[in-house]
Amino acid sequence: MALIEKKPKSRHATFTRRSLVVSGGMTAVFGVLAGRLYQLQIENGDLYLNRAEDNRINQRLLAPMRGRIVDRFGVALASNRRNYRVLLVPEQTRGGVVQTMDALAKVIPINERIRAKVLKDALVNKPFVPLIVAENLGWDDFARLNLDLPYLPGVLPDVGDTRDYPYTEEFSHVLGYVAPVAAEDKSAPQEVASDDPILEVPGVRIGKRGIEKTYDTAIRGRAGASRVEVNAYGRVIRELGRDEGTPGRDVYLTIDRELQNLIFERLKNESAAAAVMDIENGDVLALVSTPGFDANAFNVGLTPEQWNDLTTDDHKPLINKALSGAYPPGSTFKTVTALAALDQGAITPETMFNCSGIVRLGTHDFHCWRKGGHGAMNLRLGLKNSCDCYFYQVAMKLGIDGLQAAAHRLGLGQPTGIEIPGERGGFIPDRFWKQATFKEPWQQGETLVAGIGQGYILATPLQLCVLAARIASGTQVSPRLVHSLGTQKLGRPAAEGIGFSAAALAAVRQGMNAATNEPGGTGYPWRINDSKFAMAGKTGTAQVRVITREEHITGVRTNESLPWSLRDHALFIAYAPVDKPRYACAVVIEHGAIAPHPQVQVARDALLFAQQRDIVGRPPSYPVTSASAAP
Amino acid sequence: MSVRPYYASQGAVPLSHKLSEVKWSLAILIALIACVGFAVLYSAAGGSLEPWAQRQIIRFMIGFFILLAVACVDLRVWMGLAYPAYACSLLLLVAVEVAGRVGLGAQRWIELGPLQLQPSELMKIALVLALSRYLHGLGPGEVSRPLKLLPPLIMIAVPAVFVLMQPNLGTATLLAVGGALLLFLAGLSWHWIAATGATIAIAVPTAWQFLLHDYQKQRVLTFLNPDSDALGAGWNITQAKIALGSGGLLGKGFLMGTQSRLNFLPEKETDFVLPIIGEEFGFIGTMVLLGMFAAVIWYGIQIAMTARSQFGRLLAMGVTLNFFLYIMINALMVMGLIPVVGIPMPLISYGGTAMMTVMFGFGLLMSVHVHRHVNVPRHSSGMI
Repeated sequence: MALIEKKPKSRHATFTRRSLVVSGGMTAVFGVLAGRLYQLQIENGDLYLNRAEDNRINQRLLAPMRGRIVDRFGVALASNRRNYRVLLVPEQTRGGVVQTMDALAKVIPINERIRAKVLKDALVNKPFVPLIVAENLGWDDFARLNLDLPYLPGVLPDVGDTRDYPYTEEFSHVLGYVAPVAAEDKSAPQEVASDDPILEVPGVRIGKRGIEKTYDTAIRGRAGASRVEVNAYGRVIRELGRDEGTPGRDVYLTIDRELQNLIFERLKNESAAAAVMDIENGDVLALVSTPGFDANAFNVGLTPEQWNDLTTDDHKPLINKALSGAYPPGSTFKTVTALAALDQGAITPETMFNCSGIVRLGTHDFHCWRKGGHGAMNLRLGLKNSCDCYFYQVAMKLGIDGLQAAAHRLGLGQPTGIEIPGERGGFIPDRFWKQATFKEPWQQGETLVAGIGQGYILATPLQLCVLAARIASGTQVSPRLVHSLGTQKLGRPAAEGIGFSAAALAAVRQGMNAATNEPGGTGYPWRINDSKFAMAGKTGTAQVRVITREEHITGVRTNESLPWSLRDHALFIAYAPVDKPRYACAVVIEHGAIAPHPQVQVARDALLFAQQRDIVGRPPSYPVTSASAAP
Repeated sequence: MSVRPYYASQGAVPLSHKLSEVKWSLAILIALIACVGFAVLYSAAGGSLEPWAQRQIIRFMIGFFILLAVACVDLRVWMGLAYPAYACSLLLLVAVEVAGRVGLGAQRWIELGPLQLQPSELMKIALVLALSRYLHGLGPGEVSRPLKLLPPLIMIAVPAVFVLMQPNLGTATLLAVGGALLLFLAGLSWHWIAATGATIAIAVPTAWQFLLHDYQKQRVLTFLNPDSDALGAGWNITQAKIALGSGGLLGKGFLMGTQSRLNFLPEKETDFVLPIIGEEFGFIGTMVLLGMFAAVIWYGIQIAMTARSQFGRLLAMGVTLNFFLYIMINALMVMGLIPVVGIPMPLISYGGTAMMTVMFGFGLLMSVHVHRHVNVPRHSSGMI
């Protein structure tokens, strides 16, 4: 070896040998490269192809048109209107975003808050991302802007859709409103179907209250999608495909917008609630809560001042008083006491009790609203005069247990199941509840107070309407607001009999008729004169303050002399026509118990209007229904 | 002597004769690879000659002229120029390093009109020339003597350290590995190789374990892989792998690569040009390209083997190894097997200096072939 290497040509031999070694090494490296290529391109080719497609293809969700909400005659109560918007694409502007915003401010109104937001967005986003400068522009502004467009490079007029409530405050509590998806919406999967891709659509609004919320999944429709190719910086290169999605289904309500409007106009300055029902099928014809709020403002976005106004108003416009306001039913509850007593055999319609103006139980005095009393009263007279002493004595004979069972049958003490979230159940007390809550046994005096609808008893205006409907129809009719979703008619169970004897029901109806249609009845001055349309009803007054013993002696202060928040609530339940009842109505005006009984007048006008208009007789404009299976 | 007349008549050999001696099949192969490069640069620009393909074509044409010109120059002239070229390159390397440090700038090149001259690129050729000349002068077995081994080690280490300080790990590795392989080819004894290997195997982990502080380790790691963050090199490599892998067997087709067209692929016209080929032409296309590269290397080895002089053999092999190391480091990098170092794909990647040095290197290789019968004296010739 050493000998060979000394010869000159052995350098060549060494070089050749070593070159072969190096060549072997290079071959090995090429082998590694080929193997790696095989692994990347053949073995995992599909995987990387998917990732390349993920890179370049973006799914842009498209918001479908939200379904409308219409009344029984096809009047749109919630629809969509064109939303005239202005977008700004920073990279297309001449002279920068600031200068363009200045120029734009001369054409359309732009306040400081929006200006600051746009300038901030322009810094954060890529220059080709369009920024929203203005929304819900008026047509004049929008037209003027389009005229000036040649001088505003980078400014894009755009037309989208936004929710529109043409009757605003009138229907704010029935319809609810829509607002952007909030973080908490996504953590309540069963309510909003949080896996729905529509929630990811930028700027999408979902129902937050009322019908908008209850039927949100049907109204919102199915999101469409636009598949676009984007480059590494997110710029859209082209559209690859488009699925327009499915528009949401229309919701057909049983409401009559004309009746709703009539009642709302009468109550809009009060803090009040009213409901009108078809007693045969439970169709709710009007459901009013005042004051209302402008649902459109929620869609656009409330200013802090607007929100502050809404939450500090002592008339509480955000509360749906028709079903979330629970009031002592007062004398309207006497109908329940009467039916319960008749049903239990505690009294007959002709059982007489004397009213001296006071009923003494142990050391407690229970006063009648009429100082000096009514004299001898049977059931008809008791209801006609709303005599407290009569019903104290009926309640004493009946006992609390019988009262509670009858109240439940008449729809009190539990939610009616109306299709609006947030309904309260009201309250009917019993012995066990009293013992469990106060660790004290039920007192007989509390039975007396319960007999005239005071004390622990609470009911919502809607429940009172159901009460009137059940007395009038003799069935367990329940209220409903929605007739059909799209072309699908929503089925409902037929109302069962209420279980009170016809005689008992007739006696109570007679008393209610006497209260409104016989001279001297509590509602007589505000009766419907046309006997064809006559209504039967029961007034009620619910105390919101304690009347002292001294006051009973010196004379109870009139409501007119008290501050608004201390006045009694005014209530009224009624049905019409007397002979062949079809419409039931309840009106509650908070702190409204003043002399001219405004609640009775509103109910009278509503019932008269409903009958003259013949709401239930006119052909509704519901869609041709495909299915009517009862659940 | 049989060679004597040839040597004596060297000056009289006509240019046409030299050109006929050029290995045209290799030249055409190189041109074909360059054409693949033009096509890819055309595609990378979204189907446009601007801004890359057109300039690359012009550069290649200049480079091809340089190749032929270098090939026609006598090998002994190149041997004579070896040390001066090395000295000049080293001087420039030091100069830009000093200028870069003093001026606090990162510029590591010299402006020559429209061309940017990177001394580190020049050094790749100059080091091969200088080492070939030095090793040519050694007798058999002499390279293993410590005193004879020291000069080439210094010749390799000095420029490598300067390039490393730029910092340019890729080129420094090319210089060090290329130089070491030349020593190996020149017959460095296995003892030395084993000893060096053992020393490295023991010293590096030991130093890492016991001598370096944590912050020093971190500095070394950051230095070795400057873009180790996920949004930097991690993203680049991920996108490169997606581009390669998504090509599959046959590729997406010319101009159809979404990764490159939509700019997901970073630095696609320079270091990450291979993934475009992988994406648009698939496994088959990429393998064909690698096959063409392998063929060029095969030619290089052939030329080295058949050269009569040790200088010619070492020069040819040195140029070929440099070309191979370029390909290897770039390919391993874009395939995600080694960290990202800035080494372009020769003949394909867009870039002036790299194209010129590669073509100059092929010129030297060709010169070895043209002058394969020339007997080069052991010590300095009188031609310069």
